[in-house]
Amino acid sequence: MTAPVPLVDYLVLDDGPHLRAHECVNCGARYFDRRNGCASCFGTEFRDARVATDGEVRAFTIVAYAAPGITTPFVAAVVDCDGTSVRGNLINVKPDPEHVELGMKVRLATYVVGTDTTGAEAIGFGFEPAN
Amino acid sequence: MSRDVWILGIYMTKFGKRPDDDTVDLAAEAAQHALADAGVTMADIGVLAAGNLMGGAGGIGQALQKQIGQTGIPVYNVANACATGATALRTAIMAIKAGECDYGLAVGVEKLSGVGLLAGGSRAADKDEWTPRGRYGAVAGVDGRIGTETMPGVFAQVGMEYGHKYGGTSFELFAKISEKNHAHSTLNPLAAYTKKMSLDEIMNDVMIAYPNTRPMCSANCDGAAAAVVVSDSKLKTLSLEQQRRAVKVSASILTTDPWQEACQILPDVNTLTRNAATQAYEAAGIGPEDLDLVELHDCFATAELVHYDNLMLCEPGGAVDFFESGATWRDGTTPVNVSGGLESKGHPIAATGIANIWEVCHHLRGEAGPRQIENAKVGLAHVIGLGSACGVHILERSAA
Repeated sequence: MTAPVPLVDYLVLDDGPHLRAHECVNCGARYFDRRNGCASCFGTEFRDARVATDGEVRAFTIVAYAAPGITTPFVAAVVDCDGTSVRGNLINVKPDPEHVELGMKVRLATYVVGTDTTGAEAIGFGFEPAN
Repeated sequence: MSRDVWILGIYMTKFGKRPDDDTVDLAAEAAQHALADAGVTMADIGVLAAGNLMGGAGGIGQALQKQIGQTGIPVYNVANACATGATALRTAIMAIKAGECDYGLAVGVEKLSGVGLLAGGSRAADKDEWTPRGRYGAVAGVDGRIGTETMPGVFAQVGMEYGHKYGGTSFELFAKISEKNHAHSTLNPLAAYTKKMSLDEIMNDVMIAYPNTRPMCSANCDGAAAAVVVSDSKLKTLSLEQQRRAVKVSASILTTDPWQEACQILPDVNTLTRNAATQAYEAAGIGPEDLDLVELHDCFATAELVHYDNLMLCEPGGAVDFFESGATWRDGTTPVNVSGGLESKGHPIAATGIANIWEVCHHLRGEAGPRQIENAKVGLAHVIGLGSACGVHILERSAA
């Protein structure tokens, strides 16, 4: 069986699924993309940092109108994971204002995005209600 | 020698659907009327700064010159997202401050009718094999899977974040802001939409990205705006009528977003706006309490709320109470978006950062007709382009 691949390279699937940030060695600023340098202090040395999987919803929107091929409605959110802000969808929750609220406690969860022609599954992540 | 710069002439085209006019037609209409309003011709203009964001091939400035006057002057074609118009104006102002010329022309133009989503409007189909690509090593499109790239969704989160921080926000509150701007638009014949909308109509309209329904989003439309700026020394040689109608540029500030935690997760539209406002008030030597009217960047109803705070029109954290007090209605203490704002006047992107200046100038000159803010002396115009760039201009009525 072909090993599953993460949707993005900052999603780590083994060792308990979690997100891995590039942390500036000098100032501690965290990033999820490939870096040329630190936007905060201009340092160029980074180390891997494990991001907390528990968080709190700091902002959200329920997107009803998006590009063709994107299933709507879905909840897009900013989640504060112990001081590191993460962009992600809220999943395993009804996408309506009665079930999603600011400040709600969530935790990282993964799901299968799809399977490619080699039989490999792509694994995505989102945040689900902690309670 | 005074380095003050004045707006001598300014014009905004009718915003809306302009199917028979192309980008150059609209830019020419705005530029020629601004020149006429200033009482000068292209022969006087020493610098042209022009912006058109979505038109494809560059060179709107030169294309415009070929219709209204090829005089060989330097042209700056500028692009700064929704702050493009303000950037063009500031470029012309900088040339005058640098002493390169006495007159400058700034033009912003856009054709956007029927465009739909400007970002997040498409996502590539998944490939046959998962292969990591780009800076996130993504094996498939992430829009809709890891948050949203759509502007209504991004700015919805901006407003919700403010609510999380300070409390007091709700779907209804944001809709009430839209209700205000749509009510204001009924007095602006150049607005794309001039229909008053009830709170019920706004809340029950098509949901785009909660809590923003369609009328709470800026309206894609066609339009242009242009301004002629002049040096202080040259203005003193012009007619008394020109001096009387000239509007002083008391501050012209442009900022970008300084790094903040989370700013690469959700754009931080707050810090750069607050920085621009702080610099603008200092440069102008006035405070927010002195403003007779404000045109701010209500690209979405959720955005207007946070900018009350960012522009320091209220106490930190006090935007909800400030709005609920009625302060930002046309008859309030700090009228905001009496033009109808982007939600009803429309948002032809590169034109917006000059059109908002036009609105303020219109009031400072006492020429705003039925929507005139009585005895307006000082106004502020704000735009923000995601990415981000923020332009803040403070304008004062001539003492002449």
